[in-house]
Amino acid sequence: MEQKKEALLEIHDLSVSFRMYEEQGLRQSNLQVISDLHLTVYPGEIVAVAGSSGSGKSLLASAILGILPDNAAVGGHMHYKGQELTAAWQKRLRGTEIALVPQSVAFLDPLMRVGAQADGHRRPRPVRKRKSLFHRLGLPEETEQLYPFQLSGGMARRVLVSTALLADAQLVIADEPTPGMSLPQALEALRLFREMADEGKAVLLITHDIDLAVEFADRVAVFYAGTTVETALAGDFKKGPDSLRHPYSRALWRALPQNGFSPIPGFQPYAQNLPAGCLFAPRCPHKTAQCTTQAPPVRKVRGGEVRCYGA
Amino acid sequence: MKETLGRLARIFCTYGVRTVSLLFAVSLISFLLVSASPVDPVQQYILGLGTAVSPAQRAEIEAYWGISVPPAERYCNWLTGILQGNFGYSALYRRPVAAIIRERFWNSLALMLCAWALSGVIGFLLGCVMGMYRDSWVDRLLKKICYALSSVPTFWLGLVFLLIFAVWLKWFPIGFSAPVGVRSRDVTLWQKLYHLILPAFTLSLMSFSNIALHTRQKLVDVLHSEYALFAQARGEGRWTILFGHGLRNILFPALTLQFSSFAELFGGSVMAENVFSYPGLGSAVSAAGLNADVPLLLGVTLFSALFVCTGNMIANLLYGVIDPRVREVGE
Repeated sequence: MEQKKEALLEIHDLSVSFRMYEEQGLRQSNLQVISDLHLTVYPGEIVAVAGSSGSGKSLLASAILGILPDNAAVGGHMHYKGQELTAAWQKRLRGTEIALVPQSVAFLDPLMRVGAQADGHRRPRPVRKRKSLFHRLGLPEETEQLYPFQLSGGMARRVLVSTALLADAQLVIADEPTPGMSLPQALEALRLFREMADEGKAVLLITHDIDLAVEFADRVAVFYAGTTVETALAGDFKKGPDSLRHPYSRALWRALPQNGFSPIPGFQPYAQNLPAGCLFAPRCPHKTAQCTTQAPPVRKVRGGEVRCYGA
Repeated sequence: MKETLGRLARIFCTYGVRTVSLLFAVSLISFLLVSASPVDPVQQYILGLGTAVSPAQRAEIEAYWGISVPPAERYCNWLTGILQGNFGYSALYRRPVAAIIRERFWNSLALMLCAWALSGVIGFLLGCVMGMYRDSWVDRLLKKICYALSSVPTFWLGLVFLLIFAVWLKWFPIGFSAPVGVRSRDVTLWQKLYHLILPAFTLSLMSFSNIALHTRQKLVDVLHSEYALFAQARGEGRWTILFGHGLRNILFPALTLQFSSFAELFGGSVMAENVFSYPGLGSAVSAAGLNADVPLLLGVTLFSALFVCTGNMIANLLYGVIDPRVREVGE
């Protein structure tokens, strides 16, 4: 991949925190859910964002689109096509340049037929394109007449995927698009994303399913406790733990069923009590004194990016 | 098509059975209550005659009213009469109860329909405004007004309105459904409407705050839903979301609430009609109660039960028409 190309989306030091009130009294506290996040997406590529539940993956999507709740505070910089992403610009980009594939059927209006909903609020309705997309995604013709509650989980996700593809956006942020789909359906959905990327657009694929992501993505960003610990080439995940740069990425690889299914001890820290220094340090087998006091900066190592002193 | 007709027939049968059994229960309970109460319809009837009666005449009147007949048999007689369309004879107005109800029902219906439509429309619009501008000064002000209005009794509000609009400003007449001194067949529609405005407005104020507060909360919920968030992510603005998703999702609970408010509406109309001396069912029932006019009281009771029951039935049927989720369960 040409690294000289201008990045479509660049995220530096992104942090997202929520103002919360403590259970008793009116003391305000900040809940840091994303910290020091770095991520770059180039045109023509699929970047998979992998990590466990609660690592802030979905919030990243909301932050890019500018649809975080009112009590969220965003820090750091985001650039889209080289320009600072402001709230007003985000508003114009939503649904036209940047499209979202949300996570579940709850994101569909319960009282609106699926076909009309996929078409969206823009006129004229892209009816023909939608019909052919539904067909490709294996949704029967009569699906368009159904209401969301009549869809299976897999059908709902395919409808959601179709909404983003219909938007003809430059960047699609897909938040867990494949669970509930059968393998052929998931493969078809990902093929559609691959085709999009090959046309020069880009996809940010938020997923649990590392195996599937590695097959279609160009790069994989590994998320841990609200930050990216490593951005690796997809091929590195296929090669094995020695090509990976961060101890958490290696632990993730080893935890995959075909690679031994072996978990590492400990838990991902909660947003209320993040450790000082490297967020992974408490669980890291190779931690040093430096790791527990100072967060490691992003470094380029073997064509990827990593935040680890030991890499 | 045939299936739809079959379904409709089934629904109407179900509701028919329910309505009939409910009316039967209401007739039995209200009959028992009146029998157990200390009111003496014969005494009231004699008082109404305005002349002294001899003991022999009194016995004759008692025999006519069936005082000596045991209550169970009296109830059966009354019920058979009703089933044949004979609601009895009002001691107060000296006319058949059915005729009084028929005549006054139209007055009440006009009043209640106006108030009902007015409260529905005002309540829904205000609810939308409050929901869209949640926590702004508009929302806070309207919310206070709604709370104040729902805690104020209708009759008091009616008196205040009479004082302001009828006595001081002289914009509206002080009472009745038509001008005094005009023969009933000469009363124009405009005059009727003119007499209707103030009572209808008073009555609507009683129930609109309920709809408004409910609609506000529903709209707030919708705007915080995941599908509203997704609509936003697709580039829809606040108002596009309101018209595209909001109304669709809040209209249904609001309509249901509106149709099930028939009972409160009827209760409120008793107050409003008395304050405004409006000749409807509400003022008839309070007159019947105060003058121990048992046939009229029972007749109106049964009729109002039917009225409220119809409202609830419409609310239930609307569930299925508007909400596809309920429609499917019904199938």
